[in-house]
Amino acid sequence: MNSNMNKTITYFAAALFLFVLWDILALLLRNPALPRPVPALIAFFEIFPQSLWRHFLISTYRVLVSLFIGLAIAVPLGLYLGREPKLDKWVSPQLYLTYPIPKIALLPVIFAIFNIGDLSKIILIVLIIFFQIIVTTRDAAQNIPANSVLSVLSLGATPGEIYRHVIIPACLPEIFTAARISLGTAISILFFTESFATFDGLGYFIFEAWSRVNYPEMFAGIIAISLQGFILFLILDFLQRRFCPWLYT
Amino acid sequence: MLTLNSVSLVYTNGKASVNALVDINFQIEQGKSYAIIGPSGCGKTSLIFLMMGLLHPTKGEILFNGKPLLKPHRDTALILQEYGLLPWKTVWENAALGLKLRQVDEKEIKCILERVFEELELTECIDRYPSQLSGGQKQRVALARALSLKPKLLLMDEPLSALDALTRENLQEVILKLIKRYQMTSVLVTHSIEEAVYIGQKIVILSGRPGRICAQIDNPEQGTDGYRKKTSYHEKCSEVRSLLEVYSQ
Ligand SMILES: Nc1ncnc2c1ncn2[C@@H]1O[C@H](COP(=O)(O)OP(=O)(O)OP(=O)(O)O)[C@@H](O)[C@H]1O
Ligand SMILES: [Mg+2]
Repeated sequence: MNSNMNKTITYFAAALFLFVLWDILALLLRNPALPRPVPALIAFFEIFPQSLWRHFLISTYRVLVSLFIGLAIAVPLGLYLGREPKLDKWVSPQLYLTYPIPKIALLPVIFAIFNIGDLSKIILIVLIIFFQIIVTTRDAAQNIPANSVLSVLSLGATPGEIYRHVIIPACLPEIFTAARISLGTAISILFFTESFATFDGLGYFIFEAWSRVNYPEMFAGIIAISLQGFILFLILDFLQRRFCPWLYT
Repeated sequence: MLTLNSVSLVYTNGKASVNALVDINFQIEQGKSYAIIGPSGCGKTSLIFLMMGLLHPTKGEILFNGKPLLKPHRDTALILQEYGLLPWKTVWENAALGLKLRQVDEKEIKCILERVFEELELTECIDRYPSQLSGGQKQRVALARALSLKPKLLLMDEPLSALDALTRENLQEVILKLIKRYQMTSVLVTHSIEEAVYIGQKIVILSGRPGRICAQIDNPEQGTDGYRKKTSYHEKCSEVRSLLEVYSQ
């Protein structure tokens, strides 16, 4: 309880510090594109209950679905690759050849094939975070101490039980790290894909306010997208505490 | 109980190959306690893994009660060099794992573990994670996990080598007591001459790499009251020491 209090206070102080920096920057630049924090916050609280919440929810939905699908595909594959060196020897070169391709360049192709809807946005995000997750997970699975596996094998465990009691829990902290990194990536890519030929989502909201030169509203959108990242990060943190209690002793 | 017939083990990693063990002929008789001693890297761990059924001989055969040993036998339990506890499971979950994998129901697991924990003075550590334990406590958890399965053959790979002298002697007593009480056959790998002589009724001396059995010494006074303080104990120690010096070159 006490540490929760401390954490809240720390977050609050950090947020305050950021707002102060922002204010100083705004005062120095004197450019309408960077409003001071108070008017931006007022705009946020005014517009959020009216229309912003809908864009917020739609974007959050897209991010969550993409992250979930990305994890559901890449984690099992990564774990398996990490434990099957022979297979990994074949798959690794394919991964390393395709990893550096900027998949975002495939956006027109994906939009042409799957139309400009949620599906193509989700496919693009999954395509990009898939690589981050599979590589991290595979490396984690490769680095599991042999003793952990052997001691459980000596108890008569089947391969499935080895996954359940050793490999999955051993890799869980790295899987959470990969999820955190992918979350940041997913939000950025979504913002980009929502910036054109779309009529909802935070990306659309921000660009639309920009085109009307309504900077306070644009900043309300920026606050919303930051808040989205922050809340999703907190949720991942909470889940990690729930599922990796041994890390917090 | 366990028979090794001209067992050899070669590790191959790609082109490189390491001769770990050569022509091991060895018979483990029911109810006896064995100590295996040899220089570092001579293949002691490999030998234990072979006896556990975790590795398979490159040449020769291993029989458990006359039948070829192809996978870990349910009457054999193993304690690893670095304890082999799972960091993500609590002390209780670690100790319960063997029983759980054997589909023993929760109530019975509780009943068995409570007794073993009391015996090993672990009761207050039940909810901790391995990272919160001392070396001696970790070792007792590993013992608890092995004993909960009521093994007939207990294999131990340098179980005490990471502990300070007093904890070490204390745990040697504990091990001796448990071997007697549970009427187990036991094989202890160690690089400590004192430990080998204190615990082994039969002391097996391995040569430097590749490991071969150079000598098997009977130690009839092992287990008698106050053995550690007797002159015969010290004489046995020097006998083993001089043999080791001869063979470890
Ligand atoms: N997986 C492996 N691949 C290749 N070589 C190995 C492997 N495991 C062990 N070896 C080699 O086999 C030899 C015997 O190893 P082992 O671990 O059995 O020795 P040990 O007597 O237990 O050593 P220590 O006293 O350090 O515990 C060593 O030279 C080691 O380098
Ligand atoms: Mg060893």
